[in-house]
Amino acid sequence: MALYSEKVMDHFRNPRNVGVLEDANGVGTVGNAKCGDIMKMYLKIEDDIVKDVKFETFGCGSAIASSSMATELIKGKPVEEARQLTNKAVAEALDGLPDYKMHCSVLAQEAIEAALKDYESRQEE
Amino acid sequence: MIYADNAATTPMSEAAINTMTTLIRETYGNPSSLYEFGQKAKEVLEQAREDTAALIGADAKEIIFTSGGSEADNQAIISAAKAGALKGKKHIISSKFEHHAVLHTLKKLENEGFEVTLLDVHENGIIDPSEVEAAIREDTCLVTIMYANNEIGTIQDIKGIGAVCRAKGVIFHTDAVQAIGHLKINVVEENIDMLSASAHKFHGPKGVGFLYARKGIRLANLIEGGAQEKGKRAGTENVPGIAAMVTALKEEVANIDKNTAHILPIRNKIIEGLKEIPHSALNGDEERRLPSNVNFCFEGIEGESLLLLLDDKGIAASSGSACTSGSLDPSHVLLAIGRVHDVAHGSLRLSLGEDVTEEEADYIIKAVKEVVEYLRGFSPVWRDLVAGKTQFIL
Repeated sequence: MALYSEKVMDHFRNPRNVGVLEDANGVGTVGNAKCGDIMKMYLKIEDDIVKDVKFETFGCGSAIASSSMATELIKGKPVEEARQLTNKAVAEALDGLPDYKMHCSVLAQEAIEAALKDYESRQEE
Repeated sequence: MIYADNAATTPMSEAAINTMTTLIRETYGNPSSLYEFGQKAKEVLEQAREDTAALIGADAKEIIFTSGGSEADNQAIISAAKAGALKGKKHIISSKFEHHAVLHTLKKLENEGFEVTLLDVHENGIIDPSEVEAAIREDTCLVTIMYANNEIGTIQDIKGIGAVCRAKGVIFHTDAVQAIGHLKINVVEENIDMLSASAHKFHGPKGVGFLYARKGIRLANLIEGGAQEKGKRAGTENVPGIAAMVTALKEEVANIDKNTAHILPIRNKIIEGLKEIPHSALNGDEERRLPSNVNFCFEGIEGESLLLLLDDKGIAASSGSACTSGSLDPSHVLLAIGRVHDVAHGSLRLSLGEDVTEEEADYIIKAVKEVVEYLRGFSPVWRDLVAGKTQFIL
């Protein structure tokens, strides 16, 4: 049996929305290099819609796949929907993650939360 | 596939497979049975013991067959600890980068009241015998230092450490799992009191190994039962496995010079090739290391994703990344030689087979370069390093 589902491997090998979003108006970074995972999410929000999203990840296969899947799940969606994205939804969309890799999906959820928080604080300014 | 994980396990040699399958079919008797058919298995077993002993300069009576390296390590350490405790000696010296079969056994003994000193292995992964000497106390009952490290391949001055222990009257055990069959070993010349070995690291079968214990060392048995192995290791002997181990070891020992001459220049080519990757570093001493071992850290990337992408390119390798171990901490070996967490996560170990070719070396170098560059391309850690927001470590 392979370590990861085919979906995880697909998103790991061909990550969607990878890179930097130069005109992002919400950016969030979570994790730390000491633990071996860092995710950075770039959001471009217009009219309360996530118009575009990109990510950069330092981490294992499931961290890269979780980031990729999370961007797919929120791209083009209303901000409110993006806010409600859970790590479980990310893991399920990937056809599951090994137990000890669930924290990768948590990191993806937190990265989006951090980026949304950054967007909101920029709006208040 | 290029199999570059021979420190994890090796393919069995054709000769070892032949020995094993022939014995499974034809010599399945129990060596403890008194009839001819059982005694035939006994003969095979005792011949294997003599041959094993001869290959390391020991006496047949000094060899106990085990289920592998971990069991041999456990038995060696626990035996010396029990003998020491009887004399009120409850101090053990080892090193920070031993295999877990040693470290976890020592942890257990610590919980039982033993005191353990783990020597520093320095940046190059080498311990000086004088450091062992300085650590020996009146109540030291055992020094256990690995012959060659399983991750970074560094080779210790075993003869020197053995001499220090012999002079101080302390038992010296070495976990030689990575060394035997690949380096010339003579337990008498190198002052070794106990030595652990595992068959599957030198083209023998899995689940078989041996412990050498010098005459006069009292072994404690871990497994109670019948009187096999002079009562020191109960359980019907794995005769086909043991004989196949010896077939493999004979072949390997006979070819050490030839294999080293072939593998060393190819290994060095890979090291030189990977050094060209910016912000990378070889782990462990460059000279005093196993001829098959390459171990690098690459800054800004994580090891598991590196391994998965190399797997896609047909290269089987290993990493000291936390993600490959299921824990949050990267390899204790890399931490012991002073690599910080951030870079220890981005490590790669290639342990080459003796049949590796120049072409495969070229392919490995190219593939690793491509994968490291690709992963750095979307690593936020790498971006910050390049932008000068954080400092390069390597």
